[in-house]
Amino acid sequence: MKQKLVVIGAGMASGRMLEALFEAGGNFDVTLFNAEPRGNYNRLMLSPVLSGEKTYDQIVTHDAAWYQAHGVDCRFGEPVVKIDRTNRIVTSNTGGVPYDALVIATGSAPFIVPVPGKDLPGVVAYRDLEDTNAMIAASKPGARAVVIGGGLLGLEAAAGMAARGAEVTVIHLMGHLMERQLDPAAGYLLQKDLERRGIRIHCKGATKAILGTDRVEAVLLEDGTVYPADLVCMAVGIRPEVRLANDAHLEVGRGITVDDQMRTSDPAIFALGECVEHDKQLFGLVAPLYDQAKVLAATLLGQQAAFKPVQTATKLKVTGVDLFSAGDFADAPGREDIVFRDPGRGVYKRLILEGDKLIGAVMYGDTADGAWFFDLIKQGKPITDQRDTLIFGPAFQGGAQTDPLAAVAALPPEAEICGCNGVCKGKIVTAIGGGATTLDAVRMATKASASCGTCTGLVEQVMALTLGDRFSANTNPPMCKCTDHTHEDVRRLIKSMGLKSIPAVMQELGWKTVGGCASCRPALNYYLIADWPTEYTDDRQSRFVNERNHGNIQKDGTYSVVPRMWGGVTTPAELRAIADAADRYAVPMVKVTGGQRIDLLGVKKEDLPAIWSDLNAAGMVSGHAYAKGLRTVKTCVGTEFCRFGTQDSTGLGIKLEKLLWGAWTPAKVKLGVSGCPRNCAEATCKDIGVVCVESGYEISVAGAAGMDVRETEFLCKVTTEAEVMEVIAAFTQLYRENARYLHRIYKWVAKVGLDWCRAQVEDPATRRALYDRFMLSQSVYQTDPWAELAAKPADWAPIADLTLRAAE
Amino acid sequence: MSRFIDIAALEDIPRQGARLVKTALGCIAVFRTADDRVFALEDRCPHKGGPLSEGIVHGTSVTCPLHAWVFDLNTGQAQGADEGAVQTFAVQLTAGRVLLDATRLARRSAA
Ligand code: SRM
Ligand SMILES: Cc1cc2nc3c(=O)[nH]c(=O)nc-3n(C[C@H](O)[C@H](O)[C@H](O)COP(=O)(O)OP(=O)(O)OC[C@H]3O[C@@H](n4cnc5c(N)ncnc54)[C@H](O)[C@@H]3O)c2cc1C
Ligand code: SF4
Ligand code: FES
Repeated sequence: MKQKLVVIGAGMASGRMLEALFEAGGNFDVTLFNAEPRGNYNRLMLSPVLSGEKTYDQIVTHDAAWYQAHGVDCRFGEPVVKIDRTNRIVTSNTGGVPYDALVIATGSAPFIVPVPGKDLPGVVAYRDLEDTNAMIAASKPGARAVVIGGGLLGLEAAAGMAARGAEVTVIHLMGHLMERQLDPAAGYLLQKDLERRGIRIHCKGATKAILGTDRVEAVLLEDGTVYPADLVCMAVGIRPEVRLANDAHLEVGRGITVDDQMRTSDPAIFALGECVEHDKQLFGLVAPLYDQAKVLAATLLGQQAAFKPVQTATKLKVTGVDLFSAGDFADAPGREDIVFRDPGRGVYKRLILEGDKLIGAVMYGDTADGAWFFDLIKQGKPITDQRDTLIFGPAFQGGAQTDPLAAVAALPPEAEICGCNGVCKGKIVTAIGGGATTLDAVRMATKASASCGTCTGLVEQVMALTLGDRFSANTNPPMCKCTDHTHEDVRRLIKSMGLKSIPAVMQELGWKTVGGCASCRPALNYYLIADWPTEYTDDRQSRFVNERNHGNIQKDGTYSVVPRMWGGVTTPAELRAIADAADRYAVPMVKVTGGQRIDLLGVKKEDLPAIWSDLNAAGMVSGHAYAKGLRTVKTCVGTEFCRFGTQDSTGLGIKLEKLLWGAWTPAKVKLGVSGCPRNCAEATCKDIGVVCVESGYEISVAGAAGMDVRETEFLCKVTTEAEVMEVIAAFTQLYRENARYLHRIYKWVAKVGLDWCRAQVEDPATRRALYDRFMLSQSVYQTDPWAELAAKPADWAPIADLTLRAAE
Repeated sequence: MSRFIDIAALEDIPRQGARLVKTALGCIAVFRTADDRVFALEDRCPHKGGPLSEGIVHGTSVTCPLHAWVFDLNTGQAQGADEGAVQTFAVQLTAGRVLLDATRLARRSAA
């Protein structure tokens, strides 16, 4: 008969234990209780959720399908209230469940400083999704937040809220930040870095009371300082959650006492995670908990295993702050330091030696060699020979070149790459040998970089070394070589950190080059235009030549000129003006384009302002044939003349073009409006297409007819022209706000899903808000660039002519 | 011997941009970086003749607008995997004026 296994707590430790159990083929009937109303997720990643870099969905580790596949009876939102050891029954708020074996994995509870006002609404801890959401809700730009506690958690909370625009103050009892992980010098650098981000730090501050009547209003310190606050986050420490074990009279010290097999004082009850005490030691980081998980799974399967705590290293998960510490770095007799400082670059490294061994390392600003030092600490090998150059890291051992991969190449196979999951270099290399050639595959096979993610770069370096040319960075690579951030991350951070200029983005997100490159600058310029239409000023020098000069550059350096021909309709007067211009500027070719308008090809740069001003004089404006923006709205004749037409497709096309022109978009946008399903305007292979029918208008999106050919997909049907305009403007705005640069609509829709897009434009309030934001942007950007630039012809000609002088 | 000719005011060249000087030997692009340094290079990409003056200027490099080769403004050398170089010309910045060394232009044209 199957054994009945009951697990209390669906946290990081128990999730890993269940995985190990099922992977080994364990045959258990599992009931999983969790006080939180959800299953296992990656708690470490709450910080990126808080700062806006990730969403909750992205950090779920086990979904409903997984529990179902393994027959786990999920009792989420059901806290266990009692363990009856005699009858082997656990009782939750909904009833009792019997067990053969019981696992307690209740984690820990945040410590709340016992000061007056601690129970006021607006005081939160930092432990679960509810806390995180409360902080997100409270961190509107301009809101004031106070974080009590300047340790790892407190600082991640502070940075996250600051990234969302809140004014944050951190109150820390000790003389410097993160005193358990950092020495004073590194703590000082960290403080400076955080202050530069606008976070106020108050060290040596003891909280006396939290003030407020109905909810928090301020925090009062012993020294009399008062900080106004709309939200207070207490992150001063954690205490093992042992209440159930106490009530059941299990042996409990500071945590639930367990032996090397994770067994408590009752042989049928096991415990693991932050709630346990092993060999007088408590645990607060996941790496040792994952080891416990493996040991407990083995124990439950009747196999031999023993838990031995490993050394842990710490990294702070705040984007743009590089910090690493490992081992023991307290001052003590017989210890020596090697220190390297480069205040200009904000780099500080300190190694702590005892005798001929490295026992601790603290690094700030440049942590690339962290893994290598950590490995030396764990090996405990004498380092006397290397002492002279030790602080410069592995690249300098034996006079090797400073190759960015050298540090990783120098690591022995047993060196740990992923601290959270205890994955060593050798294991990754073996997995790659076994066919795991993408980052995801390596994660799947080894779990390396699957928890806090800070070692992703190292894992990729191991892959690069092992695969050589066959390595191509992950499927969502960084924007370009200037940064490690993906397009998506940069877009999110621009919004959440309120970055409003290209230099600010490069500074705050740690760009690795001066002034970016030809690939990231146009993207950043677009993101800033789209996100801050009224505050950001377009940077012409970050535009690709076509958009800078408002014409398509030709292979001989001349340009093409395409005036707008609304909906493909023209007049004899316009045609005459085009013909005159073609004559006057000796245009080599006049061509009808595939977009229902006329292209004047081969115009010299110096002539551009003059030809534009001639076309302007005849009432024509730029057709943006060169733009990542609205190109053309192709129409057919519709009810005006066609015997099959059901609606005025030509008129609607013209209205749409007049609504949308001038808008910058991630990639070009083309529309078509056909008067009936015969579809003469080819509306169903455009980015956005409208097909008129007797009863209204069918709007479809995400078509293409370039390098990919695709039919559009149905978005929605509406009955009036006004609705067509609102839906299409709203959809375009959704695309402008969310897509990555250079992705056409069809690529973006494939990523986010058409259902999501439809839900946004179908909800009247969301649609209206999108429409309003689109129109706000149009109020700034719907201007004719030709008129503007034709007024400054001097800028387009050479600055000097030396032909005469040089030939003299 | 070098012969510096006054070309323009620094302000006439946009930051992270370039302006052209016409010479008997073809056009020379005079670049200005974000931190107000100036460089002069022949305005013809060795790949297929693209006008470097229309490229995006980043740091002390420029990316050709036609097929994205990148050139170092200091040396005129193509960067990365691409091979080739464009001629560079000495420039000076004095009291807000940009001066271009025309020695080579004169010598070549005299030859
Ligand atoms: C002028 C025109 C060809 C013509 O003589 O008819 C044209 C010309 C160019 N097209 Fe196009 N395309 C033209 C209609 C099209 C069409 C047909 C249409 O719009 O109905 C398509 C397929 C439909 C589509 O976009 O899905 C088309 C798909 C492309 C693509 C492929 C886009 C894709 O996402 O797959 C490119 C390449 C790109 O954008 O990166 C491209 C790029 C180009 C460029 C800009 C190449 C370049 O970067 O220099 C050409 C500029 C020539 C010049 O110097 O002016 N052109 N191009 C047409 C201008 C239409 C207009 O009035 O604005
Ligand atoms: C914001 C944040 C960032 C962190 N960052 C890092 C990091 O970068 N690196 C690192 O190593 N560690 C980090 N940690 C610590 C790490 O998350 C914990 O060490 C780990 O989650 C502990 O795992 P656990 O399974 O013991 O407990 P938990 O993950 O806390 O799970 C315990 C679960 O038990 C449930 N529970 C409690 N009592 C009951 C009951 N009576 N009945 C039913 N269910 C109950 C709780 O609701 C909870 O869901 C971070 C923690 C936080 C909060
Ligand atoms: S298909 Fe378009 S991009 Fe290709 S040569 Fe013709 S105009 Fe140029
Ligand atoms: S012409 Fe310059 S890169 Fe091709």
